[in-house]
Amino acid sequence: MKSDDPVTRYALRLGDDALILGHRLSEWMSRAPFLEEDIALGNVALDFIGRARLFYQYAAERVGGGVTEDTFAYTRDVREFTNLLLCELPRGDFAFTLCRQFLYDAFSLPFTEALAGSADSRLAAIGAKAVKESRYHLRRSRDWIVRLGDGTEESHRRCQQALDELWIYTGEMFETDQLIDELVALGVAVDTAELRRCWIETVSETLRAATLTPPTATADVSGGRRGIHTDDLGFLLAELQFMQRAYPGLQW
Amino acid sequence: MADQMQLYEVFIRSRRGLDHKHVGSLHADDAIQALEYARDVYTRRGEGVSIWVVASRDITASQESDCESFYDPLDDKPYRHAAMYALPEGVDSL
Repeated sequence: MKSDDPVTRYALRLGDDALILGHRLSEWMSRAPFLEEDIALGNVALDFIGRARLFYQYAAERVGGGVTEDTFAYTRDVREFTNLLLCELPRGDFAFTLCRQFLYDAFSLPFTEALAGSADSRLAAIGAKAVKESRYHLRRSRDWIVRLGDGTEESHRRCQQALDELWIYTGEMFETDQLIDELVALGVAVDTAELRRCWIETVSETLRAATLTPPTATADVSGGRRGIHTDDLGFLLAELQFMQRAYPGLQW
Repeated sequence: MADQMQLYEVFIRSRRGLDHKHVGSLHADDAIQALEYARDVYTRRGEGVSIWVVASRDITASQESDCESFYDPLDDKPYRHAAMYALPEGVDSL
């Protein structure tokens, strides 16, 4: 199911981001610090998995030939996934998960707003649906960053540590390549480079409120969009894909 | 963590409802967080369009032992009840 169609490849990137991040969030089910947060995290995970399905369904329609959303989720290998590295990092502690979520949500809101204006009507429709979710996600994760950062000595320390670890993975959100340039010219893709200023504003304001120190990253790590991943994605896929790998075509 | 948190009572007004109804309770750090959890815990299936949260400690409740003096004296005053009146047509929310 490799495709040369630019819109399909773009939809798969966005679907991969959503599926992998959604899966990482789902790993908290029954393990969250308390019941209310367990349900809240599950809701966000489901939002992202639902979003992944919409992107995959669209890609499957474009590819045709019996390919379905499940083909993309369950039968591709690590190198075929093109999600951001930020999305695949292991969930870490609660501060790490919420910190990652906040950094992504602060990007995802302006991204989905812009995607809603895509010249591709299907991508625009997915964007319009996702905007509302993203607004709530950001409200929730921002709230947690302030609580943890401006909380106890330990929560502040863990939150700052997570932020420092995650920072080098944030630059990849704003990278462009040939595919993006091509689709931006057609009005289909979002020019993420233009979202950076908005993202920095949201993050700076929140870190100030949370009494956290903005990290000064020395380098950006990337590769996800080219299929070059951390070791962790392989383990994630092993769990995510096990049933379909062991029993191909199995249905519930 | 949950033991340091406050208990909140959650009231939801449904899409077609006229009043907020008590649906349950939850733990949260403060009222803002309680409102968000109420959204996540009690409106997952489109149950509501408006949420109230109230700290449980702010509710003053009548006691079981009050029943006799509170309610029994009303039993022999049927004229206070509107039960004898026929409801005019078009009034459906009395």
